[in-house]
Amino acid sequence: MIMPLYKKVVLYLLLSVSAFFIFAPAIMALVMSFMPSEQILTGTIIPDSLTLDHYRQAFERFPLLSYLTNSLIVSLLIMAGQLLLSSLAAYAFVFLEFKGRDALFFLFIATMMIPFEASIIPNFQTIRDMNLLNTYTGLSLPFFAMAFGTFLLRQTFKQIPKELKEASEIAGMGDLKFYLTVVLPVAKTSLVTLGVYGFLSAWNMYLWPLLATTDDSVRTVQIGLKQLQSQEQLNEWGVIMAGGIIVVLPTLILLFLGQKKLQKGLTEGALK
Amino acid sequence: MSHIELLNVSKSYDKQRSVLNEIDVSIEKGEFFVLVGPSGSGKSTLLRMIAGLEEITSGTLHMNGQVVNHLPPKDRHLSMVFQNYALYPHLTVEQNILFGLNAKKMDKKEQKKRLHETAEMMGLTELLKRKPRQLSGGQRQRVALARSVVSEAPLCLMDEPLSNLDAKLRAHMRMEIRRLQKKLGLTMVYVTHDQVEAMTMGDRIMVLNDGKVQQVGEPIALYNEPANVFVASFIGSPKMNMGRAVVKGQQLVVEDSLSIPVEAADVVDLPKNRKMIAGIRAEHLSQVTSDEKTHVLDVISVEHLGNETMVTFEVGREFWTAKWLGQQIVHVGDRVPVGLSVKNISFFDAETGELMKAASSQKQKEGVAI
Amino acid sequence: MNGAAVSVQSDAADLIEKEKRKRRTKNVLKGILFLLPSIVFFSIFLFYPMIRTVYLSFFLTNASGAPTVFVGMDNFIQIFSAPLFLNSLKTTFLFVLYTVPGTIVISLFLAVIANEKLRGIGVFRTIFSSTMGISVAAASVFWMFLFHPTMGWLNQFLSIFGMEAIGWLTDPKWALLSVSLSTIWMNIGFTFLILLGGLQSIDSYLYESADIDGAGYFYKLRRITVPMLSPTLFFVVTVTLINAFQTFGQVDMLTRGGPQNETNVIVYSIYRDAFVNYQYGTASAQAVILFAIILGLTLLQFKLGERKVHYQ
Repeated sequence: MIMPLYKKVVLYLLLSVSAFFIFAPAIMALVMSFMPSEQILTGTIIPDSLTLDHYRQAFERFPLLSYLTNSLIVSLLIMAGQLLLSSLAAYAFVFLEFKGRDALFFLFIATMMIPFEASIIPNFQTIRDMNLLNTYTGLSLPFFAMAFGTFLLRQTFKQIPKELKEASEIAGMGDLKFYLTVVLPVAKTSLVTLGVYGFLSAWNMYLWPLLATTDDSVRTVQIGLKQLQSQEQLNEWGVIMAGGIIVVLPTLILLFLGQKKLQKGLTEGALK
Repeated sequence: MSHIELLNVSKSYDKQRSVLNEIDVSIEKGEFFVLVGPSGSGKSTLLRMIAGLEEITSGTLHMNGQVVNHLPPKDRHLSMVFQNYALYPHLTVEQNILFGLNAKKMDKKEQKKRLHETAEMMGLTELLKRKPRQLSGGQRQRVALARSVVSEAPLCLMDEPLSNLDAKLRAHMRMEIRRLQKKLGLTMVYVTHDQVEAMTMGDRIMVLNDGKVQQVGEPIALYNEPANVFVASFIGSPKMNMGRAVVKGQQLVVEDSLSIPVEAADVVDLPKNRKMIAGIRAEHLSQVTSDEKTHVLDVISVEHLGNETMVTFEVGREFWTAKWLGQQIVHVGDRVPVGLSVKNISFFDAETGELMKAASSQKQKEGVAI
Repeated sequence: MNGAAVSVQSDAADLIEKEKRKRRTKNVLKGILFLLPSIVFFSIFLFYPMIRTVYLSFFLTNASGAPTVFVGMDNFIQIFSAPLFLNSLKTTFLFVLYTVPGTIVISLFLAVIANEKLRGIGVFRTIFSSTMGISVAAASVFWMFLFHPTMGWLNQFLSIFGMEAIGWLTDPKWALLSVSLSTIWMNIGFTFLILLGGLQSIDSYLYESADIDGAGYFYKLRRITVPMLSPTLFFVVTVTLINAFQTFGQVDMLTRGGPQNETNVIVYSIYRDAFVNYQYGTASAQAVILFAIILGLTLLQFKLGERKVHYQ
């Protein structure tokens, strides 16, 4: 459809103003992370010189690199666990027929109603009693099972023609092999989407890493940022912002790359 | 030797809705057996039961004399071609063809050999490295066939394999499948809703409706002696013209509007004053000169097909269609002389729909042909 | 038929029945096997903790959280008679009230304007969804500076107009609103992305047919967009609502529940009781309340929503 000019102008105006407000905090942080401290303290908005000092200090004074590595490992672990468990469960719900399947499916739906935050106390005790505090395992284990991921993949698997399964049955291929050699490759796009989503959520996790880490050994970058913020003097805003930028950079890049797929995948998963 | 034998096979879901009722049939080795019927008739379910993809509720299925009800599909030594071809989208044509052999962990050398033979036979040699989405509908169909051929299973099941192709390609593939089946000596069970496919391909046809067998027989037998009204109207195109009929004295009265003189010999086995349905094929509503006419009918529609002309008449509350060779100059609204003989009429019971007496003229013709 | 044939036939029937049963058992086992990992993890980290939380809520505990004395409903009586928890409940509901409608309205607006086919629209879409990639910790750090009493952009902006500086995070009147504001910003990315997806899945024929009928922009918005989007909206509202009740990170980073407990939302209160004060009993009782609220809300949403939502 052809859009009248005035409508275009109004739209671009709305879009630009909105974009400014949405993006302002992040831009501000980015600018401040390069801005010399004196200028920050005087309330400058546009700096007249840039410096890398804050970044250097952030890395020097804090084990940021090790925090980043920890976050990466934990996020990858959670992502892999979720992909494996969700795809296995989704496979059972789509391709296997057995008594009690519907009851189990309701059990999965029911898990959506239990907030992790409400069951955090026993979870902490479990991990503590298993001596898993301050371990990658302890950080990632509670998040492996995932109802949302199961639903999302179930939607995708349902779109695979059942004839593919039947053809493989006639060829004498077992379920495990069909799952590995046909279902997973065919559903690659959705697996990537879910993986990105799982990675993002895991990277950004706050409450659990706060509880499950008591020292620097496996501390994630989010909790590192909290420490940076609470231990720094208030006039070290540049260092704090540099830390913030380092924390969001990986996820933002991932998001920019996968925005379209993520949107499609999440919408599909959300709306059965 | 019979390859497949179904005894009293029934299928129902949740012990209530019955899909197939007591099917009894025996399919010979090397036979091209067609299951035909409208959608929902249970033909696909029957095929899937033979394949082992659906459980058989009751009755027994024999293959080569053995009960196989309990065997999983892979132990039944068969191949299957699906309506949507069931090609694996992420695999190349080659990998698709070899999928089953790989699953059975067959020796790689043997795989290669069979692949090349099959690809050659199906004309796929050039396409082996492509993915299914890079193929045309006809090529995909060929890959599906190749997958079936390469398995060298003696029994091949096909579920409406041609319904996704356009008319021209369909006609070609009909021939090709038929040739392949004869060449490889396969036993074929072929499901279709298209009676033309059934007539042109099948050695024998089973007509199914509402989960019940209507008739089993050779194509010509089904055409000439349909066991009931359903088969009569399902087999043949255009469908058989039918109308309510009753014998009154020396007359057969059809739809209260056509009176056809009958001789005693013609109706000797038909009850008098009993409601019947008379059926006559389109080619037996003959085109005649005014001198030879037996009736004059009102034309309500004319379709020119080029080599033949379909003329539809009004007979009582029914529309009857005649198929005449050549290009006829007939117009809607014309009153046209036609010739019809009681020898060409089949009679069915109006209550049960069962055949009472088949048209007698066909039998004579058959004799002539032989 | 002679006797032998009958027995052969019944043998075959027996065999078939046996095989059928065997296959069914095998299918159940296979299904369970594929689901087992998920079920095990759900059991350990979701079902068991939930039950254990309810159990703990009836006990006094020692410092490591082991139950010591059974006190029945005492923990519940205690939290409900303490102004602190009641205040925390009130704060939580207020927080939900501020953030949920705010998030939905703003995200819907953004999704609608970003759904137009314009040059460069992808850039705007990326910007609008960007807050999804910004963690609670980082977002809190950004907003902490925005809220800074002297250097922060918000107060600087106010001073341009000669207005008095606001203690965004220190003034009890403003603190909850400030936390809500930053929360809305954090929520926008995800909500926007889902709503945009919902908008894009609406069949364009509907709009074209409305254009032919001469329908105006807002008429189309009201009669096509909103009804067709209702399943998506329904989902988004549910998710935002549940997330709001589970808010923790921004409170911990920005205000630590203060000033004067004005931002002490329920999860923060649970956290403080359990992991700062080691009162696992009362913390568990609060967790049970949180669970009950979310369960109730989800059920209510489903009941109310199902009727009004227009599914295609």
